[in-house]
Amino acid sequence: MRDLAPRLPSSPGFWRSPLRGPWFTSVLGLVLLVGITVLFVTGLLSYAAYNPDLSPVNDKTPDKGVLGFYLFAWPTGPPWLYRLTQGVHVTLGLVLIPVLLAKLWSVVPRLFTLPPARSLAHALERISLLLLVGGALFEFVTGVLNIQLDYVFPGSFYPLHFYGAWVFFAAFVAHAVLKAPAALRNVRRMRAGDVREPDDGLRSPRPDAPTVSRRGALWTVGGASLLLFATSAGRSFDGAARATALLAPHGGAEPGSGPNGFQVNKTAAYAGVHAAETREDAWRLVVVGRTGTVRLSRADLLRLPLHGAALPIACVEGWSTSDQRWRGVRLRDLAALVGFDGDPPDVLVESLQRRGAFRRGALRANQVADPRSLLALYVNGETLSPDHGYPARIIVPAAPGVLNTKWVARMTFGGLG
Amino acid sequence: MSLVRRVWPPSRRPSIGSPLQILLLCCSFALAGYAGVRLFAGDRFGVALWFVGAALLHDLVLLPLYAAADRAVLRGLGAVRHRAWVPYVRVPAFFSGLLLLVWFPLIGGRVDARYRSVAALSADGFLARWLLITAVLFGGSALLLAGRPLLRNATKRRSPDVH
Repeated sequence: MRDLAPRLPSSPGFWRSPLRGPWFTSVLGLVLLVGITVLFVTGLLSYAAYNPDLSPVNDKTPDKGVLGFYLFAWPTGPPWLYRLTQGVHVTLGLVLIPVLLAKLWSVVPRLFTLPPARSLAHALERISLLLLVGGALFEFVTGVLNIQLDYVFPGSFYPLHFYGAWVFFAAFVAHAVLKAPAALRNVRRMRAGDVREPDDGLRSPRPDAPTVSRRGALWTVGGASLLLFATSAGRSFDGAARATALLAPHGGAEPGSGPNGFQVNKTAAYAGVHAAETREDAWRLVVVGRTGTVRLSRADLLRLPLHGAALPIACVEGWSTSDQRWRGVRLRDLAALVGFDGDPPDVLVESLQRRGAFRRGALRANQVADPRSLLALYVNGETLSPDHGYPARIIVPAAPGVLNTKWVARMTFGGLG
Repeated sequence: MSLVRRVWPPSRRPSIGSPLQILLLCCSFALAGYAGVRLFAGDRFGVALWFVGAALLHDLVLLPLYAAADRAVLRGLGAVRHRAWVPYVRVPAFFSGLLLLVWFPLIGGRVDARYRSVAALSADGFLARWLLITAVLFGGSALLLAGRPLLRNATKRRSPDVH
């Protein structure tokens, strides 16, 4: 018997698992069809949330061309919008990893199929599969590394993940159109109790004795997804929920205690902001607009009307905080100081920070006009800590974390475009 | 015509395949190309290495490795006539390995310094937490395995009433 055993992976008999077959692959494929579609849409939304078409400082992929066809003015409500879309994007991405791995395992015999191509269409399909598998792994790997701050990939995360997503999605759509009808048919027949599993070349011609049922294998994959969910989803909340995110970055304990104890994106030390520049006598906010330039000390700002807003911080890395109680000057009131009374324009915000891709950020007129958009001076009843942007920071409802510029030094209203 | 068809055996006839499928794939390649030109605009070689390397590393290294590990467990437990223990080893090992695969930069301490300086958080706990989760997974599995006879007895005792 042993002599007959095929030694090469190109032989169907090389693959012995009785699990492989169209039913197992179809179920996993349909889960990925829905899941990856959600990942793609929430990813595109995240790009739109940066308002990249507003100003070059917001756009890390300026040569996007038609790939930015769908961009729109990112709204300011509901205030948890970005917290939701980006939390879903990252957490769902993590949850889908076991499904993706199982799907790739289930179809691996196809990689070695000979002859390499039965027809021109088949040859093209196999080339497309390289883009599909390479693209999927590229997207998942860059995403997983980026949220752990492990920047080993070849270039900046934004263009790699954005253009990589489009390459992957191009292959994904073709694959879905070609395979989803059969997958749906398979699952429908399976649910109807049809025991005759069709043969599409995935079933082993000489399977080993089963060590797990197909249902058991699917439950195991689902269990692995659940485990990843349970150990990371909590980082979208504060306190006890965050403590359950045992292995995810920004999970576990909060960085500090008290009103300023919530999660920090970039510390003052990392951003290169020194206490000497933020001292009461050294720091001035420069506001530029239609009627000229105004310089304000923190004491001047405190004499302006102060307003409160309860807003979360939501990071592109997928973590977020619950609502924090901010207090400060409305952005539209600052616009009014420099000649934009009642018609607030876009604004370019510049920080004291020396490092970071978003040292400068632009906010759109609708964001400036929102009464909850503040130049915050206090959080949760206390002066901002250096790590949360002392002396003053931007907080805008539903905006990605990096556009809530900290250590604000200069605001230029109007003239963005 | 029929003569020609008979002369060409089906396997050697130059085959095109579904024209609709070809059109669809060309469409997909065009879009992928449009994005690909931009993806490759920076570090061409690095991106190509990552894109193709990810697929090769998965298909030719990771997958054979875990398949071999699984076979070793099967064979090992088969040799000591405890094949029924297989899921009790396989499932916790898969779960723990998956967590390590996803979170190895934090667990392995690769990003310790950056995590501390960027987020003001300590990365010290990740290895310990992963080990504890692994211990709980294997421990829970062992408990289930040990409790199996009890469970079986309970089902046996209950089964006459059910049927």
